[in-house]
Amino acid sequence: MSISRRDVLIGGAGLAAGATLPLAPAIAQAKIEQGATLRVLRPTKFVEPDQRIFDENTAAFTKATGVPVRVDYAGWEDLRPQTAVTANTGAGPDVVVGWADDPHIFSDKLIDLTDIAEELGKKYGGWYPIAQKYGKKDKTEQWVSIPMGASGAPAVYRESHVKEAGFDTFPKDLDGFLRLCRKLKEQGHPAGFALGNAVGDGNAFCNWLVWTHGGHMVDENNKVTINSKETIEALKYAKALYETFIPGTLSWLDISNNKALTAGEISVTQNGVSLYFSISNSTDEKIAAIGKDLNHATMPVGPLGRPSEPALVINAMAFKHTKFPNAAKEYLRFMMEKEQYDKWLVGCYGYWTQPLMAFKESSVWQGNPKIQIYRDTWERALWSGYKGSINEAAGTVNAEYVVVQMVASVCSGQATPEEAAAEAERRAKRYYRT
Amino acid sequence: MASAATESRTVTGRRQSRLVELFDYKPFLIFLCLLPAAAFLLVFLSYPLGLGIWLAFTDTRIGRTGQFIGFENFVSLWHDRVFITTVGNTLLYTGAATVGKFALGLWLALLLNNHLPFKSLLRAIILIPWIVPTVLSAIAFWWIYDPQFSIISYVLVDVLGWRDSYIDFLGQPWPARWSLIAANIWRGIPFVAISLLAGLQTISPSLYEAAMLDGANAWQRFRHVTLPMLMPILAVVLTFSVLFTFTDFQLVYAITRGGPVNATHLMATLAFQRGIPGGQLGEGAAIAVAMIPFLVLATLFSYFGLARRKWQQGEDND
Repeated sequence: MSISRRDVLIGGAGLAAGATLPLAPAIAQAKIEQGATLRVLRPTKFVEPDQRIFDENTAAFTKATGVPVRVDYAGWEDLRPQTAVTANTGAGPDVVVGWADDPHIFSDKLIDLTDIAEELGKKYGGWYPIAQKYGKKDKTEQWVSIPMGASGAPAVYRESHVKEAGFDTFPKDLDGFLRLCRKLKEQGHPAGFALGNAVGDGNAFCNWLVWTHGGHMVDENNKVTINSKETIEALKYAKALYETFIPGTLSWLDISNNKALTAGEISVTQNGVSLYFSISNSTDEKIAAIGKDLNHATMPVGPLGRPSEPALVINAMAFKHTKFPNAAKEYLRFMMEKEQYDKWLVGCYGYWTQPLMAFKESSVWQGNPKIQIYRDTWERALWSGYKGSINEAAGTVNAEYVVVQMVASVCSGQATPEEAAAEAERRAKRYYRT
Repeated sequence: MASAATESRTVTGRRQSRLVELFDYKPFLIFLCLLPAAAFLLVFLSYPLGLGIWLAFTDTRIGRTGQFIGFENFVSLWHDRVFITTVGNTLLYTGAATVGKFALGLWLALLLNNHLPFKSLLRAIILIPWIVPTVLSAIAFWWIYDPQFSIISYVLVDVLGWRDSYIDFLGQPWPARWSLIAANIWRGIPFVAISLLAGLQTISPSLYEAAMLDGANAWQRFRHVTLPMLMPILAVVLTFSVLFTFTDFQLVYAITRGGPVNATHLMATLAFQRGIPGGQLGEGAAIAVAMIPFLVLATLFSYFGLARRKWQQGEDND
């Protein structure tokens, strides 16, 4: 058996790291291919430190293993097409940190990650059940991806306005929520939730609305079930709620609620933690004052009987076309290990949240109590295409704003709840056909 | 040996002379010179179009090779209310915006063709909407139409006090459609105005002098001199304007993403929506292919209907 210079380097790096890092033995044992290099593709940063810390962690991997890694950042809307081209052509990045559905669309082109997923699960308190759904191939125990994080979508509200409306805490039920929104409108501080073709916020609000009323796009067998009495109830509720909104929400895109809340035009919306930090950290004193008044709460619970909200999940996958599958797996494991992952979690202020339960104890959740609600994102999260599979059809229905447009058509008076639900069913069936 | 060498030289000479003959043959030379251009057209223009048409007849999805499914995508679109609405939107958008652009563009061109002070500066100013990247102007209009922060609403409500509430430009179907048409007109005017101005400047002043001597008033001079002389360039500009407007994407996608409730989706935005974020490449391609007949019709209309009229060849207009 010959020992190459790279082996010595890897061994040396492993030993050097072993002196300081508890994960070093794992790296030393990993059979990283000789001369391995990796290309990684991931979505561009949304909060400032995301990219910096991700790059630092990647550099630490290179230092520990000697494997050079190039990380490319793609715009959010470009990521899926680029992932698809990678899958289709069998060329390009070895590892893609893609969107939630992507690994399930291309599952036959991906490396089996079961061993590292199970190992990480054992080491870090287990994966949340929804994280398992995102990571495992549909109806199997095989992991095709490593869910790395999720951005939640709870209610973001002005404490003073809610108190002024006569509520000590943010309402937990639908009736209370409707009463609050009516009162807020009377007081001149209305609520505002996106009903335009907003990729994140529009889908988040409208999916929550249907889910919390007990409705769903499909059943467990992927049969379209959106045209149900639960959906009709959700749409009637939506119509009543819409009357309390600030005018213009039918045209709102993703940035609109941020603008309106920052300008003090609305008192309640739904968002990731980034809005809170962008307002709180503003150099404009007037805006920073709004930040002090902001708080978060779970969206109200309806007949479903449990909190529910969509999560923006990033899901890492390694492609079979890579020449260095062991290096790719090792990279993913390394990035999920506490030394790297917790640093990333903390640095992103809780924008990305943990799929592994042990990170619930991360220091990011121990500090500011106002952001603690994001800690449990994976407990509340449901998925596009709930109750069915995470698949291509679910992604398409979301991308086509079928649920958003169903709700918007009722709110704008263009359709009755029955008509809107029937139209949503017709559209969804086209994508769920086999 | 010597005879073999001579024979070899003779054969080589014969080959050379055949090659020279071939290159002296004019059709071959033309074919050879056109070959790079033809290859370029084939690879970069025909192939993508052909591929798009092929995809329209398949069930290709992003990341998956599709199967040939005949006209299924088109049949499905025929029954798709969103698509039907989109076709209506596209026709309205193209028609209304083109009329607006031509009316205002022609008016501006006529104004600028007169002897005005600061004429060059005015011409430069008119070009601004054309120079600004579309997405930047789209963002500007997005702010102008914002339900909470619109400058128009601010002026009407807070400054002039003419209205009680802010205008919801993009939240209702018809206001949203007209708002986008207005944005497109703003953006398209420079192209029409400057092109028509170029056309106006080619008209000989002697024609106007002759018309004036014959007692023609301003309208008659415009009707019987300006318009006929401008017609060839008008036809070309109209064709291009219709093509640009019909296939518009950036303005609409940046401002509304086709909302509210698909009221502003154009065929181009719907094709992208279904093909890329929606992953249904075959269906997206089918929508794009469905645009071709409209575009061909528009081109043929302006080419045969306007540019090739007999009066241009010195005959009566029929």
